[in-house]
Amino acid sequence: MSPRLEWRVATLAGVRQETPTALTLLLDVPGWPGHVPGQHVDVRLTDEDGYSTQRSYSLAAPADGDRVELTVQRVKGGEVSEYLTDTFSVGDPVELRGPVGGWFVWHPSRTAPVLLVAGGSGIVPLMAMIRARRQARSRAPFRLIHSVRSPSDQYYASELRRATRDEGGLDIATVYTRSAPTGSARPPRRIGPADLELYGWPPQFEPTCYVCGPTGFVEKVANTLVGLGHDPRRIRTERFGPTGD
Amino acid sequence: MTQEYQDGNALAGPLAELFAVDVTAATGRCVSCGDTRRVADLRVYGHALGWVARCPSCEHVMLRLVRAPDAAWIDLQGTLSLRVPLPPA
Repeated sequence: MSPRLEWRVATLAGVRQETPTALTLLLDVPGWPGHVPGQHVDVRLTDEDGYSTQRSYSLAAPADGDRVELTVQRVKGGEVSEYLTDTFSVGDPVELRGPVGGWFVWHPSRTAPVLLVAGGSGIVPLMAMIRARRQARSRAPFRLIHSVRSPSDQYYASELRRATRDEGGLDIATVYTRSAPTGSARPPRRIGPADLELYGWPPQFEPTCYVCGPTGFVEKVANTLVGLGHDPRRIRTERFGPTGD
Repeated sequence: MTQEYQDGNALAGPLAELFAVDVTAATGRCVSCGDTRRVADLRVYGHALGWVARCPSCEHVMLRLVRAPDAAWIDLQGTLSLRVPLPPA
């Protein structure tokens, strides 16, 4: 049983720019109860007239005491994401509740192979799993396939480069949909069966597959994985809608 | 139907206000087509204060949730049954 869910006041302690349109917010949340990688929080904004709105954001890293990290992709016209990326400043408060969600999660005690497939900012909850794996010194075999439009849209690029070098059993592939780095053998195109076969695990390894991204991306990848022979019961999905907000 | 939906993972917070277990990990059976689906996999339209969750197979409404300042309404007439995973008793 989880303790009763309540709104807490979080304070912005710092910001990291991840891509031209995405920021990681470092938030201090007094009394934070901890969380499992893959879980998310609801963020609520209320204006002076009492109008209030909320959105759900994935936690980007394992908890560090009262400090949590959210990576927020700025969405044009997204009333919550525009505030969080344009206006919200260090020292400002925001209401937050969580952690919530017990389905799209990875427990560091699991040893089965894991395939992570992310479209754009869908990498956020998967990054929490990769970071938790490192923190727990897990040996679970991990593969990440990240689909991004162009090289400038890569999230956590330097950290992921270090991780593939230093952490045994973690492989990372980036596939580009609009423009690839010069010299890439693969022309820019949407992710397809060949990418999932080449960079994923064979279905016989019985990996747990986590797929996160825009709705269309998730539908396509999940269906392709099933077509390749993966058991639908081992495919976990999280969709954030076409706008991501 | 349009593609303007999220999935049932977005209901984890609103449902956690009402239930002591994580309902998004439960499996629901659709009244209309009989398919069983994780609540996390339902198609969720709308957000903040009013949500409609539809069956991914047939688009029938399986769950409606409205959060007013002092109460919540939940309508499950589109859900025949819910199987909720629990730790061993």
